[in-house]
Amino acid sequence: MSQITDAYRGLKLGERWDHAPKPVRWFVMLLVVAFAFYLPYLNILPFAYIRTDLTSSGSDWASVLFLIVVYMIVAVGLNVVIGLAGLLDLGYVGFYALGAYSIALFGSTNSPVVEAMQSKFGLSEEWAVPFVVCIPIAITMSLIAGVFLGAPTLRLRGDYLAIVTLGFGEIIRITARNLDGVTNGAAGITQVPVPPGPESDGRAFFNTIDAERWYWLALAILILIIFLARRLENSRVGRAWLAIREDEDAASVMGVAGFKFKLWAFAIGATLGGLAGLLFGSKQQYVEPNAFMVQLSFLFVAMVVIGGSGNIYGALTGAFLLTYLPERFRDLVDWRPFAFGVALVLVMILRPQGLVPSRRRAREFDDRREEAKEAAADV
Amino acid sequence: MDFDALISGLDRHTLDGITRGSIYALVALGYTMVYGVMKLINFAHSEVFMVGTWTVLGVYTVLGVTAGAGIGMVIAATLLALLAAMLASAGTALAVERIAYRPLRKKGAPPLIFLITGIGCSLVLVEIFGQVLRVVFGRPFGRVTVNIPSVLETKTVFTIPGLDLAVSNTRILIIVGAIVMMLALDTFVNKSRLGRGVRAVAQDADTASLMGVNRERVIMLVFVLGGAMAGVAALLYTVQYDITKFDIGFIIGLKAFTAAVLGGIGNLRGALVGGLFLGIVEVYASAIWDSSWTNVYAFVVLVVILMFRPTGLLGESLGKARA
Amino acid sequence: MSEQTHAESSTDTDVVLEDTSNHDQIAIETSGEVGEVLLELDHVTLRFGGVVALNDVNFQIRRGEILGLIGPNGAGKTTAFNAMTGVYTPTEGAIRFKGKEIAGIKPHTINHLGIARTFQNIRLFPEMSAMENVMVGCDARHKTSVVGVLFRTYRVRPSEEELPESGIRRSLAKVFGISRHTLEERAGRRRSMELLRFVGIADRAHELARNLPYGYQRRLEIARALATEPELICLDEPAAGFNPAEKEDLMGLIRRIRDLGHTVLVIEHDMKLVLGVTDRIVVLEFGQKIAEGSPEEVARNPKVIAAYLGEPDDAA
Repeated sequence: MSQITDAYRGLKLGERWDHAPKPVRWFVMLLVVAFAFYLPYLNILPFAYIRTDLTSSGSDWASVLFLIVVYMIVAVGLNVVIGLAGLLDLGYVGFYALGAYSIALFGSTNSPVVEAMQSKFGLSEEWAVPFVVCIPIAITMSLIAGVFLGAPTLRLRGDYLAIVTLGFGEIIRITARNLDGVTNGAAGITQVPVPPGPESDGRAFFNTIDAERWYWLALAILILIIFLARRLENSRVGRAWLAIREDEDAASVMGVAGFKFKLWAFAIGATLGGLAGLLFGSKQQYVEPNAFMVQLSFLFVAMVVIGGSGNIYGALTGAFLLTYLPERFRDLVDWRPFAFGVALVLVMILRPQGLVPSRRRAREFDDRREEAKEAAADV
Repeated sequence: MDFDALISGLDRHTLDGITRGSIYALVALGYTMVYGVMKLINFAHSEVFMVGTWTVLGVYTVLGVTAGAGIGMVIAATLLALLAAMLASAGTALAVERIAYRPLRKKGAPPLIFLITGIGCSLVLVEIFGQVLRVVFGRPFGRVTVNIPSVLETKTVFTIPGLDLAVSNTRILIIVGAIVMMLALDTFVNKSRLGRGVRAVAQDADTASLMGVNRERVIMLVFVLGGAMAGVAALLYTVQYDITKFDIGFIIGLKAFTAAVLGGIGNLRGALVGGLFLGIVEVYASAIWDSSWTNVYAFVVLVVILMFRPTGLLGESLGKARA
Repeated sequence: MSEQTHAESSTDTDVVLEDTSNHDQIAIETSGEVGEVLLELDHVTLRFGGVVALNDVNFQIRRGEILGLIGPNGAGKTTAFNAMTGVYTPTEGAIRFKGKEIAGIKPHTINHLGIARTFQNIRLFPEMSAMENVMVGCDARHKTSVVGVLFRTYRVRPSEEELPESGIRRSLAKVFGISRHTLEERAGRRRSMELLRFVGIADRAHELARNLPYGYQRRLEIARALATEPELICLDEPAAGFNPAEKEDLMGLIRRIRDLGHTVLVIEHDMKLVLGVTDRIVVLEFGQKIAEGSPEEVARNPKVIAAYLGEPDDAA
């Protein structure tokens, strides 16, 4: 019963928001964004208790914020694939890894690829592909990988797709580990480039100490991505995804090119995964295969479904909770996977639409429950 | 590329592949039966196998047997371990069904949700051995590889004349054990009254329930049977490899699933064919190229099969699985 | 269905019938002459394993007509529909639309060529509003793709009435044009509303499809199919579950659909409706065509009477 009333309350709040005048909505959104940018400096009690660096063993607050935002980008991307198009992708870490490795392979002076280019074209040992050029390379690589993986597999049944993508994620990691001559193998690649910026005291603008700068950069990118993702949702493309999810055959007869739109969802998801990986790799300035274990894929999926798949804000909430809580309670870091597992099972059983469901999804689940009850009553 | 390595050791590699494939096949049965009846990939099945391997270790530890025990003790310990592993695995499978899947069925949740709960269960089971039990009992639990005493010492029983191929007692146990268990299961599903219920639900759940087959009972049965087979696989695995680890199930589970799809998911004999085929392909490919890519070969095989023959080598359907 | 539902929908149709004056916005442009062959089934046979669902069926649909496809249950009517809309591929024979072979082409491509359909067992997108359902149909004719949606790259020089009213936006639109996405969304919404009004369910445009009464759902399916601007629209038992008053309304609706420029193929059980609304009728039995002709001819055909009209069920 309580679930239904909760959903009802959420609905009311959402409707109130929809009916608010446009200037009010803009003002509120602006406030939220301003607060988000201010977060690294948050020092006012009692709010400062949310910081993760209150004890000496705590992790750097700005770095945690950065990671949260990177995972939020991941969640927005994966939400397009799982929440909107209804495709279960268990190999998302593969795209994340591809993004990180792309920038490392082409942008680091330490990478065998760059070294090969240096010797082939007689370039100096300082030379590497500039950061700005690495971005389109990373995005293109993830996009191509998404299309290559999607094209043969998207025609498969949903659960087969899950397994094949899971395999894909592992293949990317194993490849990174085994191809010594290209990726430095298990040793990884150091000196991953950082975005350009004015130097001060001989330090780059984006350095390892001033993590809040990384956070602001990632946040700006995230806001742009949310803006674009909303555009997709409220368009011909978003409607097509929804129609495919609801009844693929009927959608096809109504002229919706199912495969094309599914492939687009997959490619968009892959691109965002790659972008997030690129940010991660660049901030770490180091990539290694073990940073991309398959468990990370499960974490990503957990963010989207626990938060509420199909709803961007749900996915963001999920990303925030599953990144922030383990960092805030770092002493319990060993319990993290166990807690994920328990949370996944409990949320799916008690509230399958997620913590912050899309209104549509919440109704869908209520319906199905009713149908199941009726079916049970019939027998 | 080293085809010489493959050709020169062809007999040995084939035997290796069959051994490995027998274990895949047994685990694959669990996937295939659950899929046949529920159209669901039971993601937690890999952990059902993992629990079995730990149970074997537990039995050996309690009995205090180690390598080099007397023949009577070896047989008793192995049989007891087999029984315990089958029970533990079947119990785990049943628990997963009860805790994770049944509530969702009652709610009529979409298939994606089942898969996600399965992943959740899988994580929980892995972490129980990797974290929870370590905190409670300490070693051997935790995130490290654990040795299991090789109670049954590997001895060459006979040498195939002409090939100069030594066949050990462990390999005979694994291959014969796997085949006997599969024959037993096949007979059970095809001949017994309960087995008929399984086939009926697999063919058409609605009609079956109209004819008085209790679907819930059938679902419990396939989880128990699949779990027990994973338990057998767990014992055979420890006999061959003498280790276990908290996350040992993941890769074996994926391989076994691949084997199930290869043979035609939902098809019992397909699981055997798929398992043996995958085992041999893996060993051959590792001999020709490089063994550090073994897992990649399996996935490539899976993708190729799904693309060109998505119903597998023998075709799908548990209902029609009779030769 | 409850009586209440029927009452609701029929009163609403009365409102709509007054509103039929002008539907220029939803009339379609046709490229051919009335009376030419639009769709042709040429010796079509369709087998499933050993079962022959269609056996050497031949018939033509001419542009601008209302063709009835009738036959007892299991005669192969819906199978013929499925073959025409790309769900099944015929085992033998050819299906030509505007002279082009369409057997084996994907359903969404066939839709783009100009064939739309409704389903016997209603298949709306239940969690989308009535309006959104029709919008999905409209989208079939729209061109904006993912890149266009994301970055509004494709700009169109707007006509005078498309320009916004306010000052700055108006100047911006004059300089930079308006994105095709915006124009298509706007046109889609307008057209969807128009279509909902046309079939008589505009009063509940923003309700979820699954919450609509049965009669509304049937008509929403028709609106969604019309939204794809089909030259040929196939209605699969549109009157199933309707009361006589609703059937009367539906006959009017079918005629008005033809008046918009669509060619109509209708599968129906109700002989009164079929005889009343169609120009020609094709009769199938056991997957074979047993008669074809004007309603009067078919009604007099002894084979048809034996196979179909003679059955006491349908006579009632």
